[in-house]
Order: sequence, then structure tokens, then C-alpha cells
Amino acid sequence: MKREQYTNSFSNIERAKIVDKNEQKGCVPNCAKKGEDTMSIRERLSGNEAAATAMKQINPDVVAAFPITPSTEIPQYFSTFVDNGMVDTEFIAVESEHSAMSACIGAEAAGARAMTATSANGLSLMWEMVYIASGMRLPIVMSLVNRAVSGPLNIHNDHSDAMGVRDSGWIMLFSETNQEAYDNLLMAHRIAENEKVQLPLMVCQDGFITSHSIENIELLEDEKVKEFVGEYHPKHYLLNAKEPMAMGPMDLQAFLFEHKYQQAEAMKNAKQVILDVAKDFEKMTGRSYGLFEEYKLEDADIAIVCMNSTAGTTKDVVDALREQGIKAGLLKVRVFRPFPAEEIAKALSHVKAVAVLDKADSLNGAGGALFTDVTSGMQTNNVTVPTASYIYGIGGRDTTSKEIESVFKDLMKDSKKDKIENPYRYLGLRKE
Amino acid sequence: MSNMIEIRWHGRGGQGAKTASLLLADAAFNTGKYIQGFPEYGPERMGAPITAYNRISDTQIRIHSNIYEPDYVVVVDDTLLESVDVTAGLKKEGAIVINTTKDGEQLKKLLKGYEGKVYTIDARKVSMETLGKYFPNTPMLAAIVKVSGIMKEDEFVKDMEGSFKHKFAKKPEVIDGNMKALKMALEEVKQVS
Repeated sequence: MKREQYTNSFSNIERAKIVDKNEQKGCVPNCAKKGEDTMSIRERLSGNEAAATAMKQINPDVVAAFPITPSTEIPQYFSTFVDNGMVDTEFIAVESEHSAMSACIGAEAAGARAMTATSANGLSLMWEMVYIASGMRLPIVMSLVNRAVSGPLNIHNDHSDAMGVRDSGWIMLFSETNQEAYDNLLMAHRIAENEKVQLPLMVCQDGFITSHSIENIELLEDEKVKEFVGEYHPKHYLLNAKEPMAMGPMDLQAFLFEHKYQQAEAMKNAKQVILDVAKDFEKMTGRSYGLFEEYKLEDADIAIVCMNSTAGTTKDVVDALREQGIKAGLLKVRVFRPFPAEEIAKALSHVKAVAVLDKADSLNGAGGALFTDVTSGMQTNNVTVPTASYIYGIGGRDTTSKEIESVFKDLMKDSKKDKIENPYRYLGLRKE
Repeated sequence: MSNMIEIRWHGRGGQGAKTASLLLADAAFNTGKYIQGFPEYGPERMGAPITAYNRISDTQIRIHSNIYEPDYVVVVDDTLLESVDVTAGLKKEGAIVINTTKDGEQLKKLLKGYEGKVYTIDARKVSMETLGKYFPNTPMLAAIVKVSGIMKEDEFVKDMEGSFKHKFAKKPEVIDGNMKALKMALEEVKQVS
């Protein structure tokens, strides 16, 4: 067996352990919860290493990518897997992200399973092809390491890249930790490729905050992943000589509307498929996933809604406030597209005040994108809870426990009033 | 989370503070702990001040923010003492470990009245005597393990031997030197106030 030089961005430690089967006897049998099969491999990986490891175990037919901070390491690690013969993947080192997505589209259309990874301006450059991927119903899977879209130039984390493609017809899963980034990627193809769905899917995680932080993780064995993900057998594909077809032709007044409706229907179908796949995943790993995670929300008076790594910090704050007798709770959105509007509205219906934290400013003077979706979902489902928008963490501004606590303290005041005052707020913004 | 230990590293780009924080995370991981090891990325360049962080805990670590009230601070380059507020937020029950030849009196002035324990080690001397080159990160790693008591010294030494064998599989000649640096640093680190 070949040993890879598995290097971390800030070390030269050889991390061959995670792939060397001879060392997998280091498995800790009790680290997963009550799954049917509780064997898993205790490891420590950065979020980027976790994503690259998932891709290695998925072993897709094609990976096409162009390096961009902070997702650069994903194709970097993956190309070493290719070079060392650990995957069968055709790795296409393209000259731009536009070409990366184009290559994925070509590969998927031909009948292959394709993956890519990018961030921020890389995704911006893909934008044209991102819509074409979903419009052609190609279940491409992308690892999106969230970063602020320039300008001015910034390489750090926020969610402006993801929010820019929220209406592009991609399924969007968000990940609090390296573990969730890994798990979401392992579930991705079964969701995206499902006959009722056939949509591309992106797995988001926070740039640097999780992508470059080494943390504990539980990995699955290669064989288990292979079995779980399964082989890809598309019904229709270009390289099928028995079914000559054209893909991506002109689609004018007579049909585009119907095709867009079909995409929207597929997105609706995705909700149940996501839950079904999660159920199977839980059987294997003991780790359960829903459309969103409710943390001490059931009896909460006040609640924060947020996505990705901030949810972890919020959980700690919720626990600290609970010790003081304050009934705080968290709703962490995992599935942002399709947006579980009705389910979220229901889950928040009993609380007295809600804060929705957006790591991207829509610059519309009317709150962030997640806020708009949550409040629209509540209104449509006849749920009336005072809700405030907080824009936070822009361009990598660190978000502390104290700041999250201040949001809950704001909510305590809000919950005593009938109507929310100044609903469009900022967290961690320097005013001087 | 009362059992969580938070460590902040101050160094200059190229000195290996980030690598040291990663090695510490690795060593603690190998003793069964939950760990975080992450750098604060800025405009990276050789010689510029950099910060890296460690969290080490017996239970799962959920917080994702920088560390503002560390239990321990490690200073890999004492020229930073004049330009960076290295004791900012440092708990007085904690300690600071500095790579320096300065004595307690000299440091007192530079540390702006920090009330906690101050430890020093001459990592340059350790590194030059054992490796023949200046790599301060291995001695500083040993020093913080000793000062913080995160793990037993013998466990640490044993674990690092395995790590070095793995890391330097292609350069086995440096394994001995690094092990000597590690052991010497465990002896050399001393409390000065």
C-alpha cells in the first residue's frame, strides 16, 4: 500500500494514518452512539481534511477544481490521492472555476459522478455554470468552504458566497463542524442522485473556522462508505449509445416555465429524501440528522436561529444561560435549500422572541437572507413571534460567546414587548 | 467545560508556532482528549507576529471562536513582548511560558504587571545543542506540556517519539535530535516569578 504525504496547511505532519488500513485497528468501538454498527475510526482532522477524506472514500469518477482560499487544500489533498492511486478518479486541473463547473457538467451529462470544491470568488466565477448544472438536472456535489465575496478583498469566513447562489436550484447543506462537513458529503450523492430529486448539491462549512481547525472526528471505514454511497447508474446519459439524446438545447416560451416548475418540485421532493438518507446514515453511524437541529428549543422562551460553526458557540451559551434559569434555545439550520419553512415556523411557534443570525448582509436594508426566509415562513404559517435580524461575522470578524449572550439578553427584553423595535441589527460591528 | 484548557501561542511567521500548536493538539488527542488546534490567519509572512490556539478538554468542544481568556500563553519569540500584549486576558491562576534569556526582573517590566506565574526557557540554547539549528517549536512544546500538566511527561515523551518517527520517516537523522531537544526542554524550563 502506498503511503500518502498528507500534509496540513500549517504543518508537515504526515497524516497517512487516516488512510492506512493497517493502522485502522486503532478504531475505538464505543465512540459512536447507538448505531447498529458502532465501529468508527477516531481521528483528528481539519474541516478541509475531512472533506477531502469524504471525497476519497466516495471515489467519484471525476473531480475538476481550481484552487482558491480557503478551500485550496481540498483539491490539493485529493490530487495526492489521485497521484498515489488511492482513488480511480479522473482529476481535471482546470484553468478556472468556470471551467471546473463546466467539466463537472460535461462529466455528469456523460453519465459520470463528478465533484468539485470552491470558495467565494471561485463560486462567483462559476455562477453561470452553477445555474446550468441545476437546469440540466445534474447531481454534481460541491464542497463550498464559505468565504466573503470580494470586494474589498477578504479571504475570511462569511456566507456571502453561499447566499449569492441560494436561488440557483442547488440543494444546500450547512455544517457546524468538520464531522458534519464529512457526514453531509457522505450523504450528498444519495440525495442529489435520487430519481425524485436529480439536483446538484453543495455542502457548506465555515472557511478557516472549521476548514483550518484540527478537531476530533469519527471516520467510517472505506468499505462502509462505498456500500452506503453506492454506484451511480443514471437513467439517461449522453454516453448511452442505445439512447441518443441532446442535453442543454434551447428552451423558450413553450417549455422553460414547466422545466423550472419541475426543478422546484424536485427541490420539494428533496426534503423527504434528505430525511430518508439521514435515517439510513443514523443506522450506520448513530449520528442523527434532520432538516435542522433543535437544541434545547422545546421549552425555550427565546431562541437563536443560525447556521454553521456559530451554532456550536451558541450551544455553549445556551447551556450557560440555562444554568442561570434563562430558557434559551437554538435552531440550527442544516438544510437551507430546500428551505423547511413550515417545519421551522412550527418549531419556533412557542417562543417569545427570535433572533436570526445572518453571516451575510443582503444590503437591502431589510435583514439577511435567512431572516427573510424564516420570517416569511412564519408569516405564511400563521406564526407570530417577534423576530430580529442580526448581521454578524462579516469578513471573518470573530464571534464570541459574549456576543451571542448579548443577543439572548436583547431577546429577553424583546420578549416582554408586543412588537419588535429596530429589527435590523448588527452584532460585533464597531460603531466608533 | 470547567475541565477545558485554553492556550494561546504568540510567535513570528516561520518559527513554527502554528506547527507547535498542532503537535500539542496531536499529543493531547493521542491521550484520548478532545482537541482544537487552529491559527489566526492574517497577512502571513515570515517574521510577522502570528497567533495560534489550542483547546484541550475531556468533553466535546463546541465553541468556535478565538481565545480571549487563556489559561496559558506561550511566547516563542521574546521580541514580541515589546510589541504584542501577550498577557491580554491571561488568567492569573494560569501561566506564561517565554522563550528568552531575560531574568524575572527584566520580564516583570515587559509583562505589564501580570500576576500569574512566569516560566522561561532558552529554546535557542536547547535547539542549538541538540539539533544544531534554531527550531524553537519542539522545546516550546515540551515546556508548555510541563508547565500546564496537560499530560504525563513520560506519556508525552513516548507519544512524541512515535510522532517524530512518523513525521521524519524520510529524515530519520533528525529524530534523535528532536527527542533530545524535547527531554532537555522538560528539564530546562524554570519558573522565574
